[in-house]
Amino acid sequence: MLRYLLRKLLIYALTFVAAVTIDWGIPHLMPGNPVLTLMGRIQIQNPQVAQHVYANYMRSFNLDLPLWKQYYYFWVSLVHGDLGTSILQFPSPVSSIILHAVPYTLGLLIPATLLSWYVGNKLGALAARRKVLDNTLLPFGYLLTATPYMWLAILMSFLFAVTWQVLPVGFAYDPTAVQGWTWTFGLDLLRHWVLPFLSLFLVACGGWAIGMRNLIIYELESDYAHYLESLGAPRKLVRKYAFRNALLPQITGLALALGAVIAGALVTEIVFSYPGLGYQIYRAITNEDYFVIQGIFLFIIVGVLIANFVVDIVYMIVDPRTRIGMQEGGQA
Amino acid sequence: MSVPDRVSTTTVGDDLRIGAAVPPAPADEAKPVSGLRETLYFAVRNKKLIFGLGVTLSMLAIAIVGPYIARHPPLDYGGQLSVPPTTRDGYWLGTTLLGQDVFAQFVTGLRMAFVVGAIGGGIAAIIGMVVGFTAGYRGGIVDELLNMVTNVVLVIPTFALLLVIAAYLQVRGIMTEAIFIGLTSWPWAARAVRAQTFSLTSRDFVSLARLSGSSSRQIIFREIAPNMSSYLFMMFILLFGGAILIAATLDFIGLGPSNTISLGMMMQLSVQNAALQLHLWWWFLPPGLAIMAIVGSLYVMNVGLDEVFNPRLRSM
Repeated sequence: MLRYLLRKLLIYALTFVAAVTIDWGIPHLMPGNPVLTLMGRIQIQNPQVAQHVYANYMRSFNLDLPLWKQYYYFWVSLVHGDLGTSILQFPSPVSSIILHAVPYTLGLLIPATLLSWYVGNKLGALAARRKVLDNTLLPFGYLLTATPYMWLAILMSFLFAVTWQVLPVGFAYDPTAVQGWTWTFGLDLLRHWVLPFLSLFLVACGGWAIGMRNLIIYELESDYAHYLESLGAPRKLVRKYAFRNALLPQITGLALALGAVIAGALVTEIVFSYPGLGYQIYRAITNEDYFVIQGIFLFIIVGVLIANFVVDIVYMIVDPRTRIGMQEGGQA
Repeated sequence: MSVPDRVSTTTVGDDLRIGAAVPPAPADEAKPVSGLRETLYFAVRNKKLIFGLGVTLSMLAIAIVGPYIARHPPLDYGGQLSVPPTTRDGYWLGTTLLGQDVFAQFVTGLRMAFVVGAIGGGIAAIIGMVVGFTAGYRGGIVDELLNMVTNVVLVIPTFALLLVIAAYLQVRGIMTEAIFIGLTSWPWAARAVRAQTFSLTSRDFVSLARLSGSSSRQIIFREIAPNMSSYLFMMFILLFGGAILIAATLDFIGLGPSNTISLGMMMQLSVQNAALQLHLWWWFLPPGLAIMAIVGSLYVMNVGLDEVFNPRLRSM
């Protein structure tokens, strides 16, 4: 059990190092002097400001130092939580921009991920080998999981916010609203949250339902299920065992699907101008604010690593085989 | 193999039982049928497969023929602004807020989607197979190392990685995008191939081949790969669809190719130019609908193929 955890931790540590190295390396690997390119792109007219920004860039990249030292300093500032300074929102540090955006993203991401997982699995298990349900639910599932996140968001926004005007078009709250811990403001937040949440939830839900439906069918066709049935066990009991067994790969799938859901959350936020990480990253990309992009990249990696670790622990609790070390090759 | 080593993708159960690939012949047929004939027998009778294949092929036909039919270059600002779909002047899907031909953009974007899917999915499939075969067949320390690399790449969200890379690229072409998508989305495929190779390697026919002096490469290409060809094909379909979705997301976030138009970029530009508020539905509906149709029909086709190849799943 300890071996399993240590192995996982080693992989996560390696991943983190790889991610930081990529984050550091990409500006260096690109041809040409990245600072000059950046300067050319932002086109500052005032020479004094330009010089200041140039110096800021040079210092942040540590470009005058030997390569290994640059890499070392990158780590040093990272350990101090220094992710550089935003150009667009000068002089706010990237870390504070991220910290302001994160609650909105997590507020969408966590409920959407967990609820879609739960509901999707339940629906999938219900539909498997039940002809009527299967024929109605499954096509919907396929349509939903094949839908690009931003498109469903666009569709929802167009229908509910623009055409029928039952919900607000965008932003996390009404700009004229008085902020505070009041019911009215809470309701305002909720009304702005519903559409982005729903579009995220629906797409993810489709994928889980299909996955679960297919897994249950495999389980129901397996030897133990047939044996159980031949012993005269009630169908309900067999399905229960099948569900439990099918749940294991779905738990691992949760960790694997995280990247896609995060990407979905980012683009959904863009459609709804929801002020989370996605909205920030879109602004950063359209304005070529590189430190913000790199900072958010690192932040996402750390978030994914933490989530993976949580999933590992859950898996260990649910699957006794990992606890006694029966799992071959450290697969999970 | 008592504990099947499953790789979770949310779309298929990966535990295809390869050992059971040769099903018993139907009772009413006296003489044994060849494998291919039998596969075909079930293939043409599988509604999911026919439907999925039909939709995919018709989209492909539009992608191939469309750009020749379009009367205006996709990026030209020639037309009237914000015209709804009309038969006049060949603006069959109307024009954008800036007077561009939506139909031309749509068919060009569709073509780009297939290009990205084929190249991105192809590269990912090749890397996945090389890594998976090597790890699964060699085992031991090679397996450990490759597994480590696979797991590291698996944990890093593809999309976040592409975000940083694409942001720093000066000129972005459709090919670079496809290549980068291929280079980052192979890990689950590698794990799936590895698991299958692992179970095939311990079979008698592989041992026999080894005894008869075949080289590792020969064994992999002649004994192992053919026995999981259906699995590999289905894997490619999933990678193909995945690459299209990733590309659309990247394009939507503003990192699309700089010299052409794609379905994701159409959606980005429509949102940016307030097409929703202006009710220009002909601008933002077609691109998403097309992606949904392609990827959805690929997934349905995959389930159909699964049922054709895997007799246990055939619901008679």
